[in-house]
Amino acid sequence: MAQIFHRSTNLISRLSIYGAVIIVAVLAFALYDLALSSWYTQQHMKLQQPVPFSHRHHAGELGIDCRYCHSSVETSSFAGVPPTQTCMTCHSQIWTNASMLEPVRASYRDNTSLEWQRVNALPDFVYFDHSIHVAKGIGCTSCHGQIAEMPLTERAGTLYMSWCLDCHRAPEKNIRPKSEVFNPFYAPPSNTHPVQFEGVYYTDQASLGRRLTAEYKIQPLKTLQSCSTCHR
Amino acid sequence: MASVGSHKPEPLIGPGHTFETVTDKISSIVLTRGTTPGWVFGFFIAFCLLMLLNLVITLLMIQGVGIWGIKIPTAWGFAIVNFVWWIGIGHAGTLISAILLLLHQTWRTSINRFAEAMTIFAVMCAGMFPLLHMGRPWLFYYLMPYPNPMWLWPQFRSPLVWDVFAVSTYFTVSLLFWFVGLIPDLATLRDRAKSKAGQIIYGMLSMGWRGSAVHWSRYEMASLLLAGLATPLVLSVHTVVSFDFTIAIIPGWHSTIFPPYFVAGAIYSGFAMVLTLAIPIRRIYHLEDLVTERHLDIMAKVMLATGLIVAYGYISETFMAFYGGSEYEYYMMMNRLAGPYARLYWLLIFCNLLLPQSLWSRRLRRNILWLFFISLVVNMGMWLERFVIVVVSLHRDFVPSSWAMYYPTRWDWATYLGTFGLFFFLFYLFLRFLPMISIVEVRALVHETNEEKVHT
Amino acid sequence: MSENETPNNSGDLARARAKLSAPDAPRFWQSIEELANTKSFRNFLENEFPANGESDRKTFHIDRRNVLKLMATSAAMAGMSACTKLPSEKIVPYAHPPEEIIPGRPLYYATSFPYHGVSTGVLVESHMGRPTKIEGNPEHPGSQGGTSVFMQASILNMYDPDRSQSVLHEGRVSTWDDFAAAVGNARTRFMPTGAGLRILTGTVTSPTLAFQIQNLLKQFPQAKWHQWEPCDQDNVREGARLAFGRYVNTVYHFEQADVIVSLDADFLVNGSASVRYARDFARRRDLGAGASSNLNRLYVAESMLTSTGAVADHRLALRSSDIDDLARQLGAALGVPVPPSANASARIPSGWVAALSRDLGAHQGRSIVIAGEQQPPFLHALAHAINDKLGNIGKTVTYTEPIEAGPVNHLDSLQELVADLRSGEAQLLLVLGVNAAYNAPADLEFESAIRNAIAANTLRLFIHSGLYNDETAEYAHWHVPAAHYLESWSDGRAYDGTIGIMQPLIAPLYDGHSAHEILALFTGDVETSPHDLVRGYWQGRRSEKGKAFEDFWETSLHDGVMANTALSAISPPLRADFASQGGGQTLGDPRALEVVFRPDPSIDDGEYANNGWLQETPRPITRITWDNAVLISPATAAERNLGTGSYLVLRLGDRQVEGGVFVVPGHADNSITLHLGYGRRRSGTVGNGPGFNAYRLRTSSARWIARGVEIEATGKSYSFASIQFQYTIDFEGHQADEESVQAFNEHRDLVRITTMEEFQKDPNFARNPELEENITLYPKVAYDGYAWGMSIDLNRCIGCNACVTACVAENNIAVVGKDQVARGRIMHWIRIDTYFQGGLDNPGTYFEPMPCMQCENAPCEYVCPVGATTHSSEGLNDMVYNRCVGTRYCSNNCPYKVRRFNFFLFSDYTTPSLFGVRNPNVTVRSRGVMEKCTYCVQRINAAKIRAEEEDRTVGDGEIVTACQGACPTEAIVFGDINDPNSRVSKLKAQSRNYGLLEDLNTRPRTTYLARVRNPNPEIAG
Repeated sequence: MAQIFHRSTNLISRLSIYGAVIIVAVLAFALYDLALSSWYTQQHMKLQQPVPFSHRHHAGELGIDCRYCHSSVETSSFAGVPPTQTCMTCHSQIWTNASMLEPVRASYRDNTSLEWQRVNALPDFVYFDHSIHVAKGIGCTSCHGQIAEMPLTERAGTLYMSWCLDCHRAPEKNIRPKSEVFNPFYAPPSNTHPVQFEGVYYTDQASLGRRLTAEYKIQPLKTLQSCSTCHR
Repeated sequence: MASVGSHKPEPLIGPGHTFETVTDKISSIVLTRGTTPGWVFGFFIAFCLLMLLNLVITLLMIQGVGIWGIKIPTAWGFAIVNFVWWIGIGHAGTLISAILLLLHQTWRTSINRFAEAMTIFAVMCAGMFPLLHMGRPWLFYYLMPYPNPMWLWPQFRSPLVWDVFAVSTYFTVSLLFWFVGLIPDLATLRDRAKSKAGQIIYGMLSMGWRGSAVHWSRYEMASLLLAGLATPLVLSVHTVVSFDFTIAIIPGWHSTIFPPYFVAGAIYSGFAMVLTLAIPIRRIYHLEDLVTERHLDIMAKVMLATGLIVAYGYISETFMAFYGGSEYEYYMMMNRLAGPYARLYWLLIFCNLLLPQSLWSRRLRRNILWLFFISLVVNMGMWLERFVIVVVSLHRDFVPSSWAMYYPTRWDWATYLGTFGLFFFLFYLFLRFLPMISIVEVRALVHETNEEKVHT
Repeated sequence: MSENETPNNSGDLARARAKLSAPDAPRFWQSIEELANTKSFRNFLENEFPANGESDRKTFHIDRRNVLKLMATSAAMAGMSACTKLPSEKIVPYAHPPEEIIPGRPLYYATSFPYHGVSTGVLVESHMGRPTKIEGNPEHPGSQGGTSVFMQASILNMYDPDRSQSVLHEGRVSTWDDFAAAVGNARTRFMPTGAGLRILTGTVTSPTLAFQIQNLLKQFPQAKWHQWEPCDQDNVREGARLAFGRYVNTVYHFEQADVIVSLDADFLVNGSASVRYARDFARRRDLGAGASSNLNRLYVAESMLTSTGAVADHRLALRSSDIDDLARQLGAALGVPVPPSANASARIPSGWVAALSRDLGAHQGRSIVIAGEQQPPFLHALAHAINDKLGNIGKTVTYTEPIEAGPVNHLDSLQELVADLRSGEAQLLLVLGVNAAYNAPADLEFESAIRNAIAANTLRLFIHSGLYNDETAEYAHWHVPAAHYLESWSDGRAYDGTIGIMQPLIAPLYDGHSAHEILALFTGDVETSPHDLVRGYWQGRRSEKGKAFEDFWETSLHDGVMANTALSAISPPLRADFASQGGGQTLGDPRALEVVFRPDPSIDDGEYANNGWLQETPRPITRITWDNAVLISPATAAERNLGTGSYLVLRLGDRQVEGGVFVVPGHADNSITLHLGYGRRRSGTVGNGPGFNAYRLRTSSARWIARGVEIEATGKSYSFASIQFQYTIDFEGHQADEESVQAFNEHRDLVRITTMEEFQKDPNFARNPELEENITLYPKVAYDGYAWGMSIDLNRCIGCNACVTACVAENNIAVVGKDQVARGRIMHWIRIDTYFQGGLDNPGTYFEPMPCMQCENAPCEYVCPVGATTHSSEGLNDMVYNRCVGTRYCSNNCPYKVRRFNFFLFSDYTTPSLFGVRNPNVTVRSRGVMEKCTYCVQRINAAKIRAEEEDRTVGDGEIVTACQGACPTEAIVFGDINDPNSRVSKLKAQSRNYGLLEDLNTRPRTTYLARVRNPNPEIAG
């Protein structure tokens, strides 16, 4: 009887079998990479802000202490975003009529809040507390990146749970002397830049980390990894 | 059972069948018989029920599992009962096609095809429930071990995770087994199909089967391997399902008898369902000479056997409750026997224990109507058994302040009926478009029987 | 912002530390006016809570973190893990920051909670200017840190979207200014005499308010001031008059009493002093000293089984109208000259009175006899006489001048007003927060009196001020939204006369105005703000002047009480002839069915009808939610073949109501108890509908107790949402139930009980030695560091539900409504299981609070397929809502059934005003997730973080769970069981300590202290 299928279909059928497997595999990997991509996590994304505030200028060049603006970082879970008043303490004196700062002046004048785009937003079932982290020698830049070099502020980490756990499973990797917590230029110890703590010079994070985790009585890892440490 | 075939001279197929007639008879159902009004009617009803299921699922997604009667303490209700029931039904198919194949039980040949189909459809129905009964089904993938940026894995101590693997494996293997078995027959249909469409579709499905010696040996090998794979699954799947209960500490769940007793129960209800399906089908499609009374007889015996195992389960459970000396176990059993749901318990005893004993009588085994009736009764009985295990154990456990009654809502019933819709929807399609009896194997059978004739 | 702290505040912090030995504990406010008056704070509040709903959008922005937290799980619903893009958020700082507010840190203020006019001190937690939680004020004599259900739930009333939101004139929206103008005109019209001017208030203890009223009466000599309180103290007052010839205020000192006899008085839960009384009482139920502890003994005779009756050592189920006889017999037995009762009762068991009098006689000066507010005046007089006879006066019972500013007989007062309304003398009526149209005695026909007076145009101006646009407001020419107590300045006296100041936590949400402001309009000093009124009043009264007064004022605000302002004890001589007035009228046929009216344990006299938290709080004993019922005894039910759910018509005289029967074990036979406060018509979306209005049967002649009520089954049936009872006692068959009741205690050992005698013989009766060992082959898990645990003393628990309500408030627990409760889906994380022992007629009643046990071997944990519930390193059984997929397996496997599931989207995501009351530190759970108690882990973490920052360990008592803080009897103690010196460790070391279902080897962290009753050996049973 007549052929129903052209002989080429043999090839197609074979290909389709192996192809299916490959396609599925590729898709899976693609999805996972997408989840980690900065397009998705908004890592290193510059957001449109009412005022193009530059941490590089203020924290880096001028060397204003983080706490001058983020005043509740040591006392509260929330680091605090400076009220317009804080901006005006200086900008009532300098750049008093820079057009760039008009929104700030307006806000101060009409007592209306500036509406910043949130750069680091955690899901609301995550209860992150700034005060305890800075109190335990975790520096601003450990999470917020090289803030002093950011003309426009961007998200430094993925803010994924894995990103948090990375440190909660090995705090010694990021811990630094309390004196250095608010130093935006702090670099982990190395042979070229040893870090001094209580008279001793450390040339590698490993040994410093061990010392400090003990010194600052960092909670045991199983506590740091207990669900209720961050979720309630 | 292994000896069933031998000391019964009665043939497994009606007299006068040749390769030709067998092939004609079975393939014609698909190819020439066409779409009968009866089929359309049944299919329509099944379709309506399927749409009902559709409605329920939509509502479930919009509103939540609260539409069901579940509550604290009975946080599991119909959904889980139905899950266990359907998956139990599935077991017969695999048993017939896999274990009996390995045991060279020739009588299986004419029933294994639609038994397997039944398995697959039943597992589909069953598989839906674990998903639907979740509070947040859209997060089902949390139960799968996949790399994720939360650095979290499923909690492998939980039997629900084992279920995910057990059921999905079971479904995959059954599906493959079924399909592989279908290939030669699909080829037959391809060759006999009149319409171009038919030729192409069956052609694609038969994957270029030409019936060469190589094909045959591969075919044999494949089905043997799959049978080997499927056999442990028959036992493992329902064992794992039973773990869902035994792992817990609830009186009435926490029991070591469950695995064997669940497996037996599964096969019990499975065969009941096969009968429920086989009896009308052989009648409607005039297959009495392929699915002979002897088939029914054997299946009845299998039911009797598994039924007795189940009975043993009930007895040992009850005995242990009184013998074990645990206040809670004791109360649980008293509550089963005399509590607010006692009626259901005694009904289930009647359905699963007493009535099936009638199958000891050969006459009743040969009485098609009675057999059909029994099969229905056992199906119901096994559903009740699961209800008693799930709900009656939960509704009164340790702390009396939290005791409560469980009442199914109309949506509970709708969900259950809906799965029947899905099941029969698929089954009608199967009857219409695929050979419901394995042409190949029956032909082999014809061959054997003919040889028997020669020797005697 | 800590730098900005004003010096006196850091000083204040220091004092707060000293006071509560806990750096993290409430940091009070020094002087609220700074805060309340700063422009930016005002502005903040306006944005925070717009008086008109138009700028809700702003609400979301301003309180950024807090409000967004409310959306927490809606984000979780979207599957936060890796399948949705993280939402973009706005971050909105202040333009001008208010002082003192540190974003993310709560502040605590002291203020006063008014209950029936009497004030009790509270501390209010405030997040970014949002009051979110109420705690008791340890400084205040009325609270001593404890709270009642009403205190806990009152905060929800403030946020209630059903509150009336604007001034209404003739039912049309108007403004405060127009109202002020209208009052201005009225003043000129009524000058100079004020004839026809009538004022109706509830009980007034506020000196300032009283002062204003007096001023007003001075200005308008012919004006009249009426008072009406539906659940009034008239009998108490008149009793005092009978005994002493004048009104006095009675203060009981239960801590000193060895023997207490309650004549139908539910003093532990009911009444404005109950919190303090419960505390004092419980201190005498303490078994810290083991077998040598000196337990008090409580005898209660009552009709309805109340909490007080449940904890009694001897309870006599006696009809309220038979109490009179008991009291007289007791008096006679103790040698008080008293005529025999006109209503002799056959129900008093022989020997009871004798044993009682012997016991009392043996405790002269160390006993108390107390009568219930619903008992007739003479009974109160008799109680005074007996106490006098026993030499209790001045020891366990003291008297002071009345705490009310103008003590009057409320009934007479109201009758007078109604008469004036009918005669047309009343031309201007000012009603301040009284809902007389709903709760006045039925025979006064207050409602029609008003309606007619208005129709006849004799009542020209009817002004109503209240939280709600209620039944009374319906007729008012002017309705003015009242300010909630958390929004207003005022003051008030505690049960012992101590002055407490009321300061606002927040600017009025709905343009509310306090009584002070309205009266100020009438007296003409429109300019002065309520704050200045209150402060000015005290400035005038106090001896301190200038700086001294400043200090005094600041201290009083800070502490919430004015030091040493309790009224001094007086010793009024007992009238010799009091007995002669005790002829007592007969209450009619003794065989007739009696009806007793009581305020509802959860919604009180109806004031809290629109409070979802309270509606859903299961009543003690009955465990009913969302309803009142016709409460009768099993015997009476059987006799008239009724059962729980039968629907009745009750007829009393020519009045009738319909209601569902609920059978209560231990209720007196041939008696009916009706709870008031239901059947509201205009209370709001929550309170309208449920239950029936018992006020319609309540007449001025029989406000509390009436005989001769007729009942008739309608054949219809009624279904209650009771969370326990219909299961544990099912009236299809008594026998079976009594067995199952036995089962709880004898086989399951859920509640372990003994008597003092037995306890002395075997102090370890509650222990199960073979379980003390680790009964598993697995190695024991070591918990170094903290190990949190809880101990619950069943001897102290009075089943008042304060813990339940507190938990709801603290943990954002959703209200699910009657239907869902009936379906077994109530969401409470802690419940008060109630068990009975013995027959149904007068069973022993046992309360057992049930939070999560935090099992060390938690059955829930290993069955969760996704690890959403796991064990913390400190032994908490964590619940991670955002990981939960809702298989509910954990709940099935929880032997204590303390887990709760969101079968639907129970949390309110749509009503902005309700977002305000939410605790920002607890995730709001969405649909499809399991939830449960975690020992208030948010509080634990806050305390731990503070401690870590200060490089120390968390001190004992520093962490107080919501239930513990709320408990008036200090029955719940939480702490670190690894610290042998912590309170909880010491309690767990007691011989009474036992774990629930220990034999399952769940190793619960929450354990119980067994109940030890102290019965009188002379009385059997």
